[in-house]
Amino acid sequence: MNVNGVDHPAPTDPRRLLSDHIRHDIGLTGTHVGCEHGVCGCCTVLFDGAPVRSCLMLAIQAEGHQVTTIEGLAPDGAPLHPVQQAFHETHGLQCGFCTPGFVMSVVGLLKQNPDPTPEEIDEGISGNLCRCTGYASIRRAVLRAAELSR
Amino acid sequence: MKPAQFEYHAPANVVEACSLLASLEDAKVLAGGQSLVPLLNFRLARPAHLVDINRISGLDRIYERDGGVAVQALARQAAVEDSELVARACPLLRDAVRLVAHRVIRNRGTLCGSIAHADPASELPAVLLALGGHVVARSARGRRTIGADELFSGVFETSLAPDELVEETWFPAVSGEHAILEESRRHGDFALAGVVRAGDRLALFGVAGTPVMAERGDPTRGLQPSGDLEATAEFRLHLVRVLTEQAFAA
Repeated sequence: MNVNGVDHPAPTDPRRLLSDHIRHDIGLTGTHVGCEHGVCGCCTVLFDGAPVRSCLMLAIQAEGHQVTTIEGLAPDGAPLHPVQQAFHETHGLQCGFCTPGFVMSVVGLLKQNPDPTPEEIDEGISGNLCRCTGYASIRRAVLRAAELSR
Repeated sequence: MKPAQFEYHAPANVVEACSLLASLEDAKVLAGGQSLVPLLNFRLARPAHLVDINRISGLDRIYERDGGVAVQALARQAAVEDSELVARACPLLRDAVRLVAHRVIRNRGTLCGSIAHADPASELPAVLLALGGHVVARSARGRRTIGADELFSGVFETSLAPDELVEETWFPAVSGEHAILEESRRHGDFALAGVVRAGDRLALFGVAGTPVMAERGDPTRGLQPSGDLEATAEFRLHLVRVLTEQAFAA
């Protein structure tokens, strides 16, 4: 499978979840693991460009596919991705645990709908849980990200 | 919280998938995995074999057939949501898919998987029942059509045989008045109770072991929903009455 532009061998154990493979075998710990049953959204990655829950896929299923994690949005030293920049500017995070998942979901949302209404933003981020912010600043971050992406 | 051991199979075509399902004991089909993988992670499901159909090509079409819409086994819920054909021929189905979990889940989850999983609180089985649609079950023995009224047999139970794969699900076109309404604790959650209206037909979900048909004039007749921490049985019956009224007022 190709993760952030680099090819990696598939795991030998088919039980290995994509989320665990990314973190433990490939060593990219930016993808966070919260609930492991698809509710919290922390482990969201892009699978062939569309956001999916990496805890609800077997790593072996990603063989021959492109996976993008939070580390793949902006290489070291390069400017932040517009969605990352927007979260930074609008304080769209506090503890940061949910943030990689939010950012990957929002990247997918803006790809599908570059100019979302406030209602569409609420709908778009409803699959990610944040226990700190109360979501208001995250909503602002999405609006700002849409601006920066234009 | 990781899956118990299983043997993994990734057939390249439907024939191979069916022959695996015919020969293996205790095999489960893995399609989108948005219901099955959580069950595996919690070890609530411990199948000996997983038959992953995701490597099969040409099984993700959404096409017009017999005056309705056929959705193949690997068509993702997001593709159904975005389909112009579905929007035109069966807008009730599009409205229902939008109530299924969240977009990120729908990017991976399949419609046929939701039907085969047969969660009693799920929207899509109730839509299939309300519209009188069917599934095409494929096995090494051949194909058969199972009507929605004969498909759902219990909580997470269907009349599909262990060696059968849902090859596609067919929904009749909707022309008249239609609505799907539900009440859930949080956006995207499974419904506490829900109703589907298609013309004069009414189906309920979340209030019995399977989706059930009901009469508009007395929608709760014969219902004995269970109560739990989220809603009492009485509250579920109340929701059915209110949602039915709203569905027919629309």
